[in-house]
Amino acid sequence: MASLGSTRRTFAPWADPTAKPYIRFENVTKRFGDFTAVDDLSLTIYEREFFALLGASGCGKTTLLRMLGGFEQPTSGRIFLDGQDMKGIPPYRRPVNMMFQSYALFPHMTVEANIAFGLKQDGMPKPQIAERVARMLKLVKLEPFAKRKPHQLSGGQRQRVALARSLAKRPKVLLLDEPLGALDKKLREETQFELMDLQYELGLTFVVVTHDQEEAMTMADRIAIMDKGKVLQVATPAEVYEAPSCRFVADFVGSINTFEGSVTRAGSAACIRDRSGAEFRVADAGAAAAGDTVWLAVRPEKLRVSRERPADAENALDGEVWDIAYLGDMTVYNVKLDDGRIVKASTINSIRRLEDALTWHDRAWVSFSADAGVVLTR
Amino acid sequence: MAGTWGRFNVVALALGFAFLYLPIVLLVIYSFNESRLVTVWAGFSTKWYVAMLNNRGLMDAAWVTARVAFLSATVATVLGTMAAVALTRYTRFRGRLLFSGIVFAPLVMPEVITGLSLLLLFVAINFDRGFATVTIAHITFSMCFVAVVVQSRLITFDRSLEEAALDLGATPVKAFFQVTLPVILPAVIAGWMLAFTLSLDDLVIASFTSGPGATTLPMKIYSQVRLGVTPEINAVSTVLIAIVAVGVVVASLANKRQDVLRQREAGGE
Repeated sequence: MASLGSTRRTFAPWADPTAKPYIRFENVTKRFGDFTAVDDLSLTIYEREFFALLGASGCGKTTLLRMLGGFEQPTSGRIFLDGQDMKGIPPYRRPVNMMFQSYALFPHMTVEANIAFGLKQDGMPKPQIAERVARMLKLVKLEPFAKRKPHQLSGGQRQRVALARSLAKRPKVLLLDEPLGALDKKLREETQFELMDLQYELGLTFVVVTHDQEEAMTMADRIAIMDKGKVLQVATPAEVYEAPSCRFVADFVGSINTFEGSVTRAGSAACIRDRSGAEFRVADAGAAAAGDTVWLAVRPEKLRVSRERPADAENALDGEVWDIAYLGDMTVYNVKLDDGRIVKASTINSIRRLEDALTWHDRAWVSFSADAGVVLTR
Repeated sequence: MAGTWGRFNVVALALGFAFLYLPIVLLVIYSFNESRLVTVWAGFSTKWYVAMLNNRGLMDAAWVTARVAFLSATVATVLGTMAAVALTRYTRFRGRLLFSGIVFAPLVMPEVITGLSLLLLFVAINFDRGFATVTIAHITFSMCFVAVVVQSRLITFDRSLEEAALDLGATPVKAFFQVTLPVILPAVIAGWMLAFTLSLDDLVIASFTSGPGATTLPMKIYSQVRLGVTPEINAVSTVLIAIVAVGVVVASLANKRQDVLRQREAGGE
């Protein structure tokens, strides 16, 4: 098992130029009347990948999923699945299955009959159907509920029936539309790990649509962040978080402080002067040239809050503690700079310290190192 | 508030019910009258029910009505359901507005005009009037009622159920019969009941489109009443009322049960 775990960690076919993509979107556009839901989008997904489409509602992520399922036809562009062009292939002839956001369980059928539905359509012999249904029920731990109707189940149980039903046909790709959206927080966290284990054990390709960034970060091998029908970045959760491609991504995933400024020295060991005149030392300004307008983005946990300016601080700003959110495991400070900007800094409460804590209206310094931030050019 | 308004409400309700149902109650009571005179009570008797059963003309008419109602309700349900599916599913096809207009026009069309136009049509194409023409006429006007009932259910039908069926490998036809139809079945049954009772009651359209040998029960009752009311007619009418009442109650119960199930499903999250 240990060796399996380590293989999983090195799973990165997207970094391998010889790896063949399993699903390929080629310049896909989808219009509904005047509205462009998906705009000239290209994307590749690899076999056995857990791929998340992340974005706010209306960004086109569900349309993309529905095109893969065959429920919508692209206005232009092509979609390939395992090398085969999917154009004109109806949903009932595609080797993919979908788990619907509403679960779409058949209300007039028992749990058993729901799971068996797809197998019956394929004309599988009855004993085999029974065996497969039993295996699926065991997989999702619903054996005692086989004879129940969907309305006699809890939300979490329904979700598992929907999952079992969509897995029963052993599809090459499972599409999941907000699979955990209807569950409460605690159940959602448990189910995330169950889904990941299932995907790994069955060796399937999962494409999941979600608006919940935490969910995407936890589960996915790679995340595509979408906005207005376009993909802004496709990367691993860590890359998306630590090296966002643009301000939208930086802002959408987690929270972040951005300082607008212009580059005064480009390249490595660069300098950025923000609009208040403060100079920031930056380890690497990337492709930005001197004079360019850029945004220095720093995550709150990479900022340090202190009463005095730390001696070794490469970058420091001073202000007034404006708001404190004590979350138990960490504390988030909103520090108001003298020009009115709010800087957010979070501190892990790794030691129990109840005295001499910073409090409202204290003067404080926020500091960060030269390599704490990322320079964004758009 | 409960005092004065309560009394006012009770009186209003009683008057309303009396206005609606007193004639029917009288009719039912007098169907059990011993006397031949319709308006004079002479003791309880079921002899008019026996007389009714022995009245060949009346029984023939009842049999015609039952067959017409059954056949027309069944065909109207099939056509009405198809129309409702087309209207809810394909929201953008050429002539949709015209189609929905045609489907729903008979709801507000005066029966006399529907009857007359059908009569003219049958005469024009030289169709011998009789059992077939009454049935066709009843299908025409009851179809739109079925369409309305089924459409109202389809509007709240979760399309993703059908998509899930397609996704799992069912062709569109199979998806309809295995998933959509079972789910909307209570509405379809309610539509059938409605069509059945409408056909059972109909006098005007049947009078226009019927021919010799296909006299329906309402036609028979109407013609007999013109010769003088007999308690036999009261007895037949009572039976008719009972059938219609049972039909309406069953249809509304079926719909109600469905609503409860749906609510429970929605609330169970």
